[in-house]
This record gives sequence, structure tokens and C-alpha cells, in this order.
Amino acid sequence: MEGLQRGSAAIVGVAESDLGAVAQDMSPIDLMAQGIHRALADCELGLRDVDGLLCATAQSRTSGLALAEYLGISPAFIDTTILGGSSFMFHVAHAQAALQLGLCKVAVVAYGSTQRTVGRRHASVREYNPYETPFRPFLPSTAYALAASRHMHQYGTTREQLAAVAVAARDWALLNPVAWEKKPLTIAEVLSARMISYPFTVRDCCLVTDGGGAVIMTTPERARSLKKPPVHVLGCGQALTHANISSMLDLTVTGALPSGRAAYAMAGLGPTDIDVVELYDAFTINTILFLEDLGFCPKGEGGRFVADGRIAPKGDLPVNTNGGGLSYCHPGMYGLLLLIEATRQLRKECGARQVADCETAIAHGNGGVLSSQSTVILGTQRTL
Amino acid sequence: MERILEAPLAIYQAHLEKGELAYQWSSEAQKAVFYPRVICPFTGSDRLEWRVSAGLGTVYATTVVYPARESAPYNVALIDCDEGFRLMSRVEDLAPEAVRIGMRVKFRVHRPDGDEPPYPVFVPVEAP
Repeated sequence: MEGLQRGSAAIVGVAESDLGAVAQDMSPIDLMAQGIHRALADCELGLRDVDGLLCATAQSRTSGLALAEYLGISPAFIDTTILGGSSFMFHVAHAQAALQLGLCKVAVVAYGSTQRTVGRRHASVREYNPYETPFRPFLPSTAYALAASRHMHQYGTTREQLAAVAVAARDWALLNPVAWEKKPLTIAEVLSARMISYPFTVRDCCLVTDGGGAVIMTTPERARSLKKPPVHVLGCGQALTHANISSMLDLTVTGALPSGRAAYAMAGLGPTDIDVVELYDAFTINTILFLEDLGFCPKGEGGRFVADGRIAPKGDLPVNTNGGGLSYCHPGMYGLLLLIEATRQLRKECGARQVADCETAIAHGNGGVLSSQSTVILGTQRTL
Repeated sequence: MERILEAPLAIYQAHLEKGELAYQWSSEAQKAVFYPRVICPFTGSDRLEWRVSAGLGTVYATTVVYPARESAPYNVALIDCDEGFRLMSRVEDLAPEAVRIGMRVKFRVHRPDGDEPPYPVFVPVEAP
């Protein structure tokens, strides 16, 4: 992004809150606070060090106020941008800008959701759109299904290839002790599961879980003296293309294309330089679209690219190594958890699912119905 | 911009009441605008002209929604109208899974029971 300097901010602490199905009566702000407590412990900083606060949740209209009150802080810098699941990638760019300008010294990005415990109906406001709601689209699934229908029509992408994305995610999830799904999954099981919105069965769709977490960011100078090796923000990009699926120009090309280009340009890197790929997989078509738009394969080739286990463990390209929104955790706005996994991979903390020799990672967030896209490229000290 | 006396949505729905599918035309952009609005998203101009569509279009994308409860599966589609605008709708008069991308379709007004306003649906254009 124009104005942001490569490496001018670093991620120094990360943590998930409780995930899956959390204790009864927990609030989204409770989960944010838990994530912040754990992430601060991860870098041995304290709440008194935090002077930048960035957060988003679908369950609180003024989450910045609620979180600041809860923590007992009055932050010098605050940002509660909310654009769906990609919000936290936008937050990373905004925190980087604030750190670069000296508006704050230690910034926290936080998220919490109890959508499973309280029920999806209660977790987010249903907005009435007179131009869409009468047709009863089952959102967000129907919007992504429409995009999949175009991809299948134009490029011959098959339901089996979509299912391969779900199977790869499951195979990664089986290597992640905190993943929601614990049993293996086959292509046939994906295809024969309950149909939601054609071509998607329930196995093409992300989980509905609780969850949250926090990411701590600071300047590269401060980062050097902290507990763990810093993970540097090398590149950021973003793009908004529409809000409603009926206003998306071409359903086979997403804002990940310009977002990725901007992030690569800032980082001075290209797709072949990236070691670990974390993509927002709300639906199986997402992974295919983002692999194409972020340059890992040509447009239209995503379906064939993911077939035969290429993005599964032991494949050529490690994608969604935590098990993804499809099999690990999806609390509604999943982007923060992609940043956490990318950071842990670069710190070599991932145990059985650790990618060997990884120095660079991409964390790509998606929000709404392919509406907001934001890309963050991270690197180890060696990549600075 | 002068004070607005009738909302874009109200004008759109008044056309539907008459059995018409209305859209806006931006003469500066030489482009159709949909959904109806107060200013043109291509130029920022407030000069938007109302037009009535001939009601012919092509299916751009399609899906079948399978409700979790007992009710029957139904179609949701995006339709590209010949005048150059796209809208969400559904294709009726055939099985929802028989709707195909590229299918030529024609507008028909749907008048729901109760207080719900009318909305546009589409049916296949018969083979010439």
C-alpha cells in the first residue's frame, strides 16, 4: 500500500481465545480479552503497554468502546473498521500506519464471536435488501454458490475439484490439535453430504463455531527486545469491489487480484517467493479463486490445481495449514485466525503441521460475499 | 441537488405495480444503473433518467437453494438484462435445477400474497 513502508511494523504476540463451543454466557468481549491476555503473555508485554486498540465483531455495534472499558484502557489510537472476515487484515495495515507515524507504540488487534453458542440468527443483524431479500438467497452460501456456478461454466471446474479443497483442509486439520473436525473426510463424503445451495453441500461450507483471538504489533525496534523472533509486515493490500453479490462485476475475478498485487509490490515479492499460503476459505470456491487471483495458478486453472492433493499436507504448496474455516474454526469473521497461523508457521511453532524452511507467508482475508479483500505478506527477520 | 420527493425504491416499486421493470440510465456514462440510486456510480452525477426495460435477458449465474426444513428447493439467479444491467431474481416455470447459464429469459411481475410489494421474476423465452 502506498505510504506504508515494508517492515515498518512487526507481529510480536499471537493467540487464539477458546475455540469451538465456548462456555455458556461467555461474551465476544470476554473472548477478545482472553485472546489479548494470552497474546500479551506470548510476547511478555502487559496491558499497560497497549496504547493502540483495533477490534471487530458482528455482535457489538461499538466494540471498541466495549473492549476499552472492559480492559480499563483509554487507547491513543483506535480503529474498529468492520468489513466482514477480512477486517483484521485491514486492521494490520491500519496498525502499521499508526506505528509508522508514532500514533501508538503497541497495538492490539482483537476478535471474539460466540455465534455457535448464541445461534447464528442472534449473532449478526440480518439486513433487508429490497433488491435481493425477496428471492430468499441463503446468505452468504448462495452468493458464493453463484460464483461457483460461473467458474464451473467458464472453466469446467467440477464438484469433485471443489471437494478436493475440503478434503485438503480436513487433512491439515487432522494435524492441528485444536481443530474442530477430528475425523478424515473423502471426496465422496463431500459430494453426498446435505445440499445447501448448489453446487455446495454442507462440506463445501465453513464451520459455524465460536472463537476469537488477538495479535500484538509493535515497531521493529521494540520487537527486537521481545521474547520471540518478530514476524515482519512486508506487504499489505486491499480492495473493495461491491457489497451485494448482484453488484459484483465478474463473479470469477475477485478483489484479491488488486489486493494481492499491491501487497506483492510493497513486499517486493511475488507468488513464487511465498512459502506458506493462508487463504480465507469460507467456501471451497474461495480457495480456488484466491489461488488464481493471488497468482499461484492461472485464471481458470484453480480447480485442476487443487485436484490430486497439491494443497494438502505433503503437496507442493502448503495452503490453509491450520485446517481452515472449513475444518479448524470459523467464528464468522475468520481473518484474524489466518494471521495467527501465518505467524506461528514463520516462528516454526506448528508441530506436526509445520512447513519446513518457511520464511515468508501470505494471509489473505475475504469479507462479505467476496466483497472486501485484504492481503498481508509476512516474513521472518531474514527477509527484511 | 434538490430535495428528493420520491425515493428511488418507491419509483422502482411503482413501476413494478404497473407491471414494468424499471432501471436508470446515466447519459453521461452511457450506461445503465441498477439498483436505482440518487447519484450515478460511474460519474457521481445526479442526472439519472428512468427507463423501462424490454424485459429480455440472459441467465448470468444460477443456484438452487435447499432449505433445511421441509419446503421445496428453489432457484436464485443473476440475470443480465439486454439494456446492460444485472439483477438478482429467479427463473420460474421449470425445475430450479434445469435453469442454465446462458438461457434466454423474459421478465414477469410476481405479486406475493399479503403486504409484500411485487418483484421481478423471469421465465424462459420460448424457442423461436
